[in-house]
Amino acid sequence: MTPEIAKRLLFQMKRIRHVEEEIARRYPEGKMRCPTHLSVGQEAVAAAVGLALRRDDLAVSGHRAHAHYLAKGGSLPALIAEIYGKATGCARGKGGSMHLIDESAGFKGSTAIVGGTVPIGVGLAYAIRLKGGDQVSCVFIGDAVAESGVFFESVNFAALKKLPVLFICENNLYSVYSPLRVRQPDGRRIHRMVEGLGVAVAAGDGNDVECVYEMASRAVSEIRAGGGPRFLEFETYRWREHCGPFYDNDLGYRTEEEFVEWKAREPIGRLESDLLKKKAAAPAEIEAMRAEIENEVARAFDFAEISPFPEQQEAFRDLYADAVSSLAE
Amino acid sequence: MALITYAQAINEALFEAMTQDPSVICFGLGVDDPKGVFGTTLGLGERFGSGRVFDMPTSENAMTGIAIGAALNGLRPVMTHQRLDFALLSMDQLVNNAAKWHFMFGGQRSVPLTVRMIIGRGWGQGPTHSQNLQAWFAHIPGLKVVMPSTAEDAKELLLTSIFDDNPVIFLEHRWLHGLKSEVSRGDRRVPIGKARVLRQGSEITVVAMSYMTIEAVHAVDHLAAQGISCELVDLRTVKPIDWPAIESSIRKTGRLLALDTGFLTGSVAGEIVARVAGACWSQLKCAPARLAMPDFPEATSSALTRGYHVRAEDIAKKVGEMLGKSVECSALAEQRKHPHDVPGSWFSGPF
Repeated sequence: MTPEIAKRLLFQMKRIRHVEEEIARRYPEGKMRCPTHLSVGQEAVAAAVGLALRRDDLAVSGHRAHAHYLAKGGSLPALIAEIYGKATGCARGKGGSMHLIDESAGFKGSTAIVGGTVPIGVGLAYAIRLKGGDQVSCVFIGDAVAESGVFFESVNFAALKKLPVLFICENNLYSVYSPLRVRQPDGRRIHRMVEGLGVAVAAGDGNDVECVYEMASRAVSEIRAGGGPRFLEFETYRWREHCGPFYDNDLGYRTEEEFVEWKAREPIGRLESDLLKKKAAAPAEIEAMRAEIENEVARAFDFAEISPFPEQQEAFRDLYADAVSSLAE
Repeated sequence: MALITYAQAINEALFEAMTQDPSVICFGLGVDDPKGVFGTTLGLGERFGSGRVFDMPTSENAMTGIAIGAALNGLRPVMTHQRLDFALLSMDQLVNNAAKWHFMFGGQRSVPLTVRMIIGRGWGQGPTHSQNLQAWFAHIPGLKVVMPSTAEDAKELLLTSIFDDNPVIFLEHRWLHGLKSEVSRGDRRVPIGKARVLRQGSEITVVAMSYMTIEAVHAVDHLAAQGISCELVDLRTVKPIDWPAIESSIRKTGRLLALDTGFLTGSVAGEIVARVAGACWSQLKCAPARLAMPDFPEATSSALTRGYHVRAEDIAKKVGEMLGKSVECSALAEQRKHPHDVPGSWFSGPF
C-alpha cells in the first residue's frame, strides 16, 4: 500500500466517522425522523472496499449503509438531505437512511430487509455478464445475512454462473442485540461455510484497513479477470447502538470489557499513528484533513437544513414508471 | 391471423419480444426442458442461446431478486413459475423490492420485470398446485397484474407486459393453455388496464377474469337463448382495474355479478362489488353479488372437487336469482362430455 493510498483511506475513514458522529450528535434534535443505523467503528471495510472498486463498478447494501454509500462515492449532501426527509435527498425523501441510492456513483441501492439486496447484486452481475465488460458488482452484507435462505440461493447462482460478484461480509458479531452464539453454531466460520458453496473465500481483520484494501484489491482483480465470485469476511465491531445515536452497553447484551477491547482496535487512530510514525504523513496534513472534512460535513448539513421538504403530492407519485417501449427497432 | 392455442400464443409473444429486443431474457424451472412449460417456451433456447434462456436452481426467492437486479441493470427478464404456489417463496423480493424500487428511490430506476405464474384447478392439483392468488398481488402498490382469457389477449398482453417498465405479474390459467382463438401475427399489443366487453347486454353486468370468463361465456350465451341479456366484461387486467368500463356497464344494466377464480374473502370480485356499491349506488337495481371459490383449500380427490368450483350453471342460476326469473341451467352441465375436473378432452394430466 502506497502512502498516497493510505492517506486516501485515512481521509475516507475519518470522513465517514465524522458524518456518523455528526448524525449522532444532531439526531436528538428530532429533525432526522427515520430509523438510522450508524457505522461508527466499522469504517475500515467500507473505505477500503470503496477504494478498491472503480466508480463504474456497482454496489448494493443493507440497512447499515451510510459508510458503503459514501465510500462508493455517493453524494454526501444527498445522503444527509435524505435522512432529513428533504426533496433534495438521494431518494427524494421516499427512502430515508435505509434506502440509499446514487447511480452516478454506481451505488445501486440499499434496502432494509436483511439479505434483500444480495440477489439484486447477483442480478446486476448477470446483466454485466450478458452485456459484456469487466465491471464488478459488490454486495455488502453483515453476519446475519449468512443465516437467510436468500443468501445461500444467491451465492449458489453466482457460483454456478461464475458471475463477477464481490461479497463483502462485515461480521460485527451482533444482529440487533442477538450475539452470534444464539444464531450460529459454535465454531462456525462464515467464510468457510461459503467456501463449501463453491466460492473462493478469505477472511481478515476488518479493523485493519490496509489488510482489507489488499484483500479487496486482489479479489477485484481476480473477478475482473473472469475468476468468478469472491467472498471476503471481515470481523469488526459497531460501537453505538443497533439503531439510533446512542451507546447501549448498559442494556447488558454485550460486556463493557468486549467493547473496550474492540475500541482499542479502532481502525482510524491505528492507521494515523502508523503514518505519522513512518513520517508518511505530516501532522499538518492530518490537520488539513480534519478541517476539510468538518467543512464538507457542515456544508452537507446546512444543505439538508435549508432544502425544502417534498410537496405533499409527492407521496402519490412514482408508483409506476411511465410505460415507455424500449423496442430496439 | 392464425387460429392457435393460448400456449402457442404465449410462445409467439416470447419469440417476438426476444427477437425485437436483445435485453429480453427468459428463465425459470424447466423453460428449456423438453416440455417447455406446457409448450410456452419451446424453441426459445435453441434460437436465443443459454445466456438468454435458461433453467434455474430451485431458488425462487433469490432468482426473483436476480431478475430484479438484472432489470435494474438494463435487462427485461421474463421469469416463469410452473405453478403460482412456488412463487410464494419469492414474496419478499416481489413485494419489498420489485414493487417498491421505483417509488422508494424517488422514481430514479424502474424494474421492467415480467413474472409468469400458472394458476389452475381440478385434475388432482389439490391444495398447493392450484391456487389463484391474484388478490395478493393486486393488493401491493407498484405491481401490475394481468389475467388474459383468450389466446389473442395472452399474446398481446404478454408483449405489453414485457415492454412495460414496471413489474407485471402475468397469470395464466392452466385450463386456458389449450384454448384456441384467432391471433394476429407479429407485434400486436393491447394496453394493460383495459377490460373488454365480450358480450353486449342490458339486464346485468357479469365481470370475470381469466378462466372464469370462459365459464361465463357459456352461461351468458345459454341465458341469451332464453331471452336474458347479460353484458360480459372480461377484466384482462386486475391491477389496475378498468373502472370506467365496469361503471359504464353498470350504469346501463343496474346489476352486477362479479366472478373470481380465487377464494371469496378478500377477492378481486369483492373489491369490484365494493367499488360499484360506492360509485354506482343509485343505479343499482339489486344488491351486487360475487361468485368465487369457497374459503377452503382445494382438495385433491375428484370426488371432493365436484361442486367445489364455480361453473357456468352456477353463474346462470345466480343471474336468474338476481333478475327474479326462473332460468334453465341444467343443460349447461349435461352438455359437458368430459369429466368435471378437466377443461376438455385435450387435457389428460398429470399437470
